[in-house]
Amino acid sequence: MAELTKRGIGEVLAKQGILIAFVVFMIVFALANQRFIAIDNISGVIRSSAILGVMALGVTFVVIGGNLDLSVGSMMSFSTIVVLDLHDKIGPTLAIPAMFGLTMALGAFIGFLVGYLKLNSLIVTLGMLSAIHGLTLTWSGGQNMDIADKAGTWFSVFGQGRVAGVPVPILIFAGLAIVLSLVLSKTPFGRKVYAVGGNGKAATFSGIPRARIVFMTYLISSFCVACAGLLQASRSLGSQNTVGQGMELEVLAAVILGGASLLGGSGTIFKTVIGVLILGFIQNGLLLMGLAFYVQYVVTWLIIILAVWLDIAAKRGRFWSQIA
Amino acid sequence: MSKETLFKQGAIWAFIVVELIFFSVAGSYLSVSDSAFMDFDNMLLLLKQSAPIGIIALGMTIIMINGNIDLSVGATYALAAIVLLDSMTWPFMQAMGDWAIPLAWFFALLTGTVLGAINGLIVWKTGVDAFIVTLGSMLGYRGLVFMYNGEQPTSHLNWTLVDFAEAQFLGLHTATWFLLVAALILWLVMTKTVHGRNAYAIGNNREAAVNAGIRVGPHFLWNFMLIGFLAALSAVVFYSESGSVNPNDGMLYELWAITAVVLGGTKLSGGYGSIISTLGGVIAIQLLRKGLGHIGADTETVNLVIGLILIAVLFLDRQLNRTGKEELKI
Repeated sequence: MAELTKRGIGEVLAKQGILIAFVVFMIVFALANQRFIAIDNISGVIRSSAILGVMALGVTFVVIGGNLDLSVGSMMSFSTIVVLDLHDKIGPTLAIPAMFGLTMALGAFIGFLVGYLKLNSLIVTLGMLSAIHGLTLTWSGGQNMDIADKAGTWFSVFGQGRVAGVPVPILIFAGLAIVLSLVLSKTPFGRKVYAVGGNGKAATFSGIPRARIVFMTYLISSFCVACAGLLQASRSLGSQNTVGQGMELEVLAAVILGGASLLGGSGTIFKTVIGVLILGFIQNGLLLMGLAFYVQYVVTWLIIILAVWLDIAAKRGRFWSQIA
Repeated sequence: MSKETLFKQGAIWAFIVVELIFFSVAGSYLSVSDSAFMDFDNMLLLLKQSAPIGIIALGMTIIMINGNIDLSVGATYALAAIVLLDSMTWPFMQAMGDWAIPLAWFFALLTGTVLGAINGLIVWKTGVDAFIVTLGSMLGYRGLVFMYNGEQPTSHLNWTLVDFAEAQFLGLHTATWFLLVAALILWLVMTKTVHGRNAYAIGNNREAAVNAGIRVGPHFLWNFMLIGFLAALSAVVFYSESGSVNPNDGMLYELWAITAVVLGGTKLSGGYGSIISTLGGVIAIQLLRKGLGHIGADTETVNLVIGLILIAVLFLDRQLNRTGKEELKI
C-alpha cells in the first residue's frame, strides 16, 4: 500500500512536476522580495519573455514532431533586419507581409529538407543557422539596421503599444499560445503531429503523410519566428545582425523545461509557456535579489538537468540510471 | 580497408583539392592581392588558424562516434582561457617567474578536464541524454565564465609565452604542432587501442556493447574528460598568444566543431567516423574561409556557403548510403 502511494506521488510529480516547481519558485521569490509579485513586475517579465516565448511555441511543434530546430535564433535576426530595412524602403504596411513571406520561405525550405528529403534535422538546422546568418549579413552589409524616423512611425505599436493597459507583446504571445494550443490539442493535424513524433513508422503505415506534417511544423515554427522578429524590430526600432544569436538554445531549454521529450511525441503548448515563464521569472527574481544577470545561466543549468532527470527517473522508477 | 571506406574517407580530401584548384584559378582572375592562393606562407597560416576549432573537433569526433554530442565546449574553452591568463597574475605564480607558465597550463587543462568530467558524470549517473546535459552546461559554464570576472575581459601578456606561441619549428607554427600531435595521438587511440574499439562498438549498438561486457558509463566519462581537456588545450594554444579573453569568447565554437566533424563524414548516430577525416573537415572549412576572402567575396558569404555545403554533404551522404541502416533520430 505504502509503495502504491509512493508510486502515485511519483506519477503526479512526473506529470505536474514542472508546474509544482513553478509555484514553489514563485512563492520563494515572493517571500524574498515583495516587489516580485507586483503587477507591473509580473507584466514586465511576461513582456520581456514574449519574444523567446513566441519562438518557443513554434519550436514545440517541431520537437513534438520528433525533430529539432537550431535555426530559429539566426532566422529571428534575419526577420528583424529584413523588416527594419524594408520599413524605410517600402513602408511598414508592405514590409511586414514581405518579411513574413521571406521568413516562411526559409521555414518551408527547412521543412522540405527535413520532411520530404528526410535529412537529419539537427544538421540541417545547424547548416541553416550558419546559412541564414550569412544571408542576414549579406542583406545588411554587416551594418546595424535602424529606422530613420523613429518617432513618426506606427510600426512601434507591436513592441511598445498597449491595448486596454495590456502591453501588445503579451497579447500577441497569449493569443498565439491559445490558437496554437487549440491547433495542437483539438485538430486532426495536431494529433498527427504527436503521431509522427511518437512513432514515425507506425504513423506512416496508418496513412499519415509524415513528410507533409513535418513540413508544416517547420512552417509554423518560421511563422512564430517572424512574429518574434516583428516584436523585436518594433520594440527597439533598430537592430544588430546578431540579435537572435544563441536564442535557439535558450528556446530549446524552455521547451525541454516544459517537459517536451527530444525524442518527439510528447509536450504541450501550455507546458512550454510554463517553461518560458520559469526562465523569465528566475532571471527576474535573481535580478531583484541583486545578483548579476549571468547567475541565471548557472541556475538555469541546474534546473534543466534536475527537471529532465526527475522526469525520466519517475518514468523508469529508479533514481540513478542503469548505465553500467 | 574496404573500397567503400577508402572512397568515403577520400571524399573530404578530394573536396580540399577541388577547393585549392578552384580558389587558385578563380583567384588569378578575381584576387585583389598579388600573391598566389597556394602561397606557402598562406598555407602555413591556414593550418595555424585551423588549430583552435580543430583541436576541439578532434574530441567531438570521439564523442560523436560514441553517439553523444557536446554543446558545452565553447564555454569550457572560455573558462579554461580565463584560468590560464588569470592564474599567472596570482602572487605566488608571479614569484615563480617563467616557471609559472607550465603551472598555468596545468590549471587551465585541469579546469577543462573537470568541466568535462562533470558532464560525463551527469550523463552516466542520471541517464539524461548528452544533448540536454551539455545544452544545460553550455549555459551553466558560460555563467561561471561571467562570474569569474564579470563582463570585463581578462588579460595577461607573458612575453615568453607569446614567443613560444609564435615560434616556428620545422616551418610549422606551435599551434599547428599541437593540432597535428593531438590528431596523431587520438588517431592511434581510436584505431589501435581497446578504448577506441569500444568507442565504435558503443556507438554502433549500445545494447550489444553492454552485453559484450563493456562498461559504458566510465567509457563516456573518459571521453567527456578528454573533450574537456582538448577544449582547454585549444584555449591554451590560442590564448598563449593573444593574451586577452572576453567572456563571450568561444561562443558557437561547438557548432563550428560539429560542422567540421560532420563534413569529415562522422555519423551523428554514432559508430562511424575517423579522426583523420575530421582533420580534413577542419582544413576544408578554413580553406573556404580564406579562399572566399582571397577571391574578394564578402566574409559574410562564408557562413552562407558553409551552411549550404553542410546540407549538401548530408544529402549526398544519404543518397550514397540509401541501402545502409536508417539514421537514428536523436
